[in-house]
Amino acid sequence: MVKDLSVQLGGLRLKNPVIPASGTFGFGLELAGDMDLNVLGGISLKGSTREARYGNPVPRIADCTGGMINSVGLQNPGMDVLVNEKVPALRKIYNGAIIANISGFSVEEYRENCAKADACEGIDLIEVNVSCPNVHGGGLAFGTSAQAAAQVTAAVKEVCPNKPVFIKLSPNVTDIVEIARACEDAGADGLTLINTFLGMRFDIARRKPVLANTMGGFSGPAIFPIALRMVYQVAHACHIPVMGCGGVSSARDVVEMMMAGATAVQVGAQNLRNPFACPEIVSELPSVMEELHIDSLKDIIACI
Amino acid sequence: MQKKDYTVTENRLIAADTYRLVLSGEGPVEGEFVHLEIPGYFLRRPFSVCETSQDGLTLLYKTVGEGTRALANLPVGTTLSVVSGLGKGFSADACRENALLVAGGLGAAPLYLLAKELKAQGKHITAILGFNKADELVLQKEFEALCDQVAITTLDGSVGIKGFVTDALKSLQPEYDYFYTCGPMVMMKAVCDMLSGPGEASLEERMGCGAGFCYGCSIQTTNGPRRVCHDGPVFKKEEILW
Repeated sequence: MVKDLSVQLGGLRLKNPVIPASGTFGFGLELAGDMDLNVLGGISLKGSTREARYGNPVPRIADCTGGMINSVGLQNPGMDVLVNEKVPALRKIYNGAIIANISGFSVEEYRENCAKADACEGIDLIEVNVSCPNVHGGGLAFGTSAQAAAQVTAAVKEVCPNKPVFIKLSPNVTDIVEIARACEDAGADGLTLINTFLGMRFDIARRKPVLANTMGGFSGPAIFPIALRMVYQVAHACHIPVMGCGGVSSARDVVEMMMAGATAVQVGAQNLRNPFACPEIVSELPSVMEELHIDSLKDIIACI
Repeated sequence: MQKKDYTVTENRLIAADTYRLVLSGEGPVEGEFVHLEIPGYFLRRPFSVCETSQDGLTLLYKTVGEGTRALANLPVGTTLSVVSGLGKGFSADACRENALLVAGGLGAAPLYLLAKELKAQGKHITAILGFNKADELVLQKEFEALCDQVAITTLDGSVGIKGFVTDALKSLQPEYDYFYTCGPMVMMKAVCDMLSGPGEASLEERMGCGAGFCYGCSIQTTNGPRRVCHDGPVFKKEEILW
């Protein structure tokens, strides 16, 4: 029997639930020559801010058991280049869901950036990043308080009449369910979780942190059980769709994340280890579904 | 960019803490460097290509950390996942007639790949290879087979000229119209500062994806931010902000 991989996310039909996570796949364009992007259900683009940013000094990446920590610091060419150059170029070659990932340093900046994304024809969904751990005063400051997360959500929803708005949550909080509920109450159309865990590595010979920015976001297979638990808790507490993210590295992980309640699944750190991870996962899904007697992926969402 | 499995056919200590790794598999590799998956480690490790063959490639590496120490323990016959076709290498065409190659330590490895290309183009090559001590010396015979002149320097004088590669540049005053350098940053900076002619240097940085999409190795240059893995690792000397 032909397997149905499609899912409905925030009013969009995705051909499959597999989406490279923001920051781990550039603007899609960087990989266009190496693979058929059109096998991907969606692409979450690199996080964008109002002005162009170089980001943090190098080293920005450190290896860890079961993953890595990064502190890229939102390097991006700015919102105008995103909507005028990157998205139109990707739209020409890609027919799946284009997800704009938006950051900001103030509620006003989030509003302004999201309004631009909402007005950009090629963008299908807006993912608001209130959880970047690598930029001082940006992102995470808004994602660790239910009140601030709700304030950003309400502000951006006012200026996004056309596109579904998902809020990307941080795991660096006491109670992620409280923040998820606050975003839902403030009008969010969906949630992406989780972003990275704040972590460190030291160079013990030099007695210094490996990363120039001292700390960074930990991600990779080691965080999968925690991400799965958080997706399970949030999906069962809220009534809006969830994109599950965190340590996903195989088709089986995608199925597990969906069983926890994810409607779509983002793959992050694994793309760095294997640039072909997302297309490989998509191609493996039908045989995993066959083995598990799943005809349609829609049937397993939040089945546990 | 391609991802393929290769088999370790040689992994042998050839100098102090320095190994020669020969991989064979389906066809030759392209690109300036390869990204190797080392069993047990999450991120791949980038290595400059030293030599290519019909069915694979040769790398030289130093055991400098956990990943390279684990690599050194892999026996012949191990299968390794290799991402290749990465990086922008040296521009051999930029040299009209006389090339000057200046290496520090294992910087000699990618310069050997370049030397073969320059030789095939009929260019004259002077190579200066610098090491700390005689026991680190690699590729001397290989360079001598391709170059018009090869000078070795060691910091302790245990072989060749005593001192830095810049001391050899001062004493030899080699004729060149384009230079190429690879080695530690301080050494490349000294070389670029000393040589007034045009040239380029191969940089090194901790990398994530190795293919230009994670922005983990972006550095500031005179042309704005550039990814070492994709826009480099080789940059023109005037682009580099030391």
